Amino acid sequence: MAGPDKRRDGTGSRGSRLLGVGALVSVAALIVLAFVATDADVRTHPTTGEEFGQFDAVRMLYLHVPLAVLMYVAFVVCAVASAGVLLRRTAWWDVTAYAAAEVGTVLCGLVLVTGSIWGRPVWNTWWEWGDVRLMTTLVLFLLFVGYLALRRTTTDPRLQARRAAVVALVAVLDIPLINRSVAWWENRTLHQQSTLAELKIEDLTLFTLMFGFLAFGLVAWWLLVHRFRVGWLEQAATDHDVAIALAERRFETSATDLDAAIGRRDNREDPV
Amino acid sequence: MTHAGYLVAGWGISLVVLGGYALGLVRRGRRLAPRVPVDRRRWIDSPGSDRG
Repeated sequence: MAGPDKRRDGTGSRGSRLLGVGALVSVAALIVLAFVATDADVRTHPTTGEEFGQFDAVRMLYLHVPLAVLMYVAFVVCAVASAGVLLRRTAWWDVTAYAAAEVGTVLCGLVLVTGSIWGRPVWNTWWEWGDVRLMTTLVLFLLFVGYLALRRTTTDPRLQARRAAVVALVAVLDIPLINRSVAWWENRTLHQQSTLAELKIEDLTLFTLMFGFLAFGLVAWWLLVHRFRVGWLEQAATDHDVAIALAERRFETSATDLDAAIGRRDNREDPV
Repeated sequence: MTHAGYLVAGWGISLVVLGGYALGLVRRGRRLAPRVPVDRRRWIDSPGSDRG
């Protein structure tokens, strides 16, 4: 006897399952590229002959840089959807904004952690409080943690959506500051200028970094799709529960009216 | 020079967090889905098929 199709019981679909398989295969291929195919960053000083560079720590950048860029993308999606919430006031925009904010916050947390772990061998420090890029990224993370906390403070969904949308639109103003901080505060950051924009890397290193964008892009897309569907299910479940409660209330009221009507009729019919 | 410990920590934490978050989403979806009629799940077209 065939049982219920388990695959239909959640947020999965044929497309999202394909996306998930693609993401897993890409991340596996990225690990091979990052740890086996590419070399460590070892350069030799032209006069002293001393070795310098990031050595094996460069392999962390195939993870850290794509996560950072995808974090920007997720928060920008959140901001666009938040603008949609304020302009259109539909559930679709709100669910999208909430999903992008949650995925972006997870990515932002990982960017801070992986950056700190990379910084220890390369900069000889876990964290530098005076570094403008680190601090503006931390501020962005805390702003979106606040956003997620705000979404739990009220049960009125419309009020919650509007308040969260305003916070998101303010929070994303931090993104240009993070992105331009290495140029605007050149002397107050340990970060280097954009390596990609000036094409200081090439060949397999560049390919692996680009492949990292693809692999983690698929992962982030999968997370966003499933987080959207979870949010959609939450809203639909609430609406469904309310609809059932209203129907039951109407039924009770009708039954009470019916009882009252029957009572009146019986009173008229029964001789005293 | 090897930085194996840093690499294992950085990649390991990231993959575990992303995997755990993905698993959490799947579980949340499975818990919520029975409370919602199939026709409200917009990613499913009809009882016989679904779309991405």
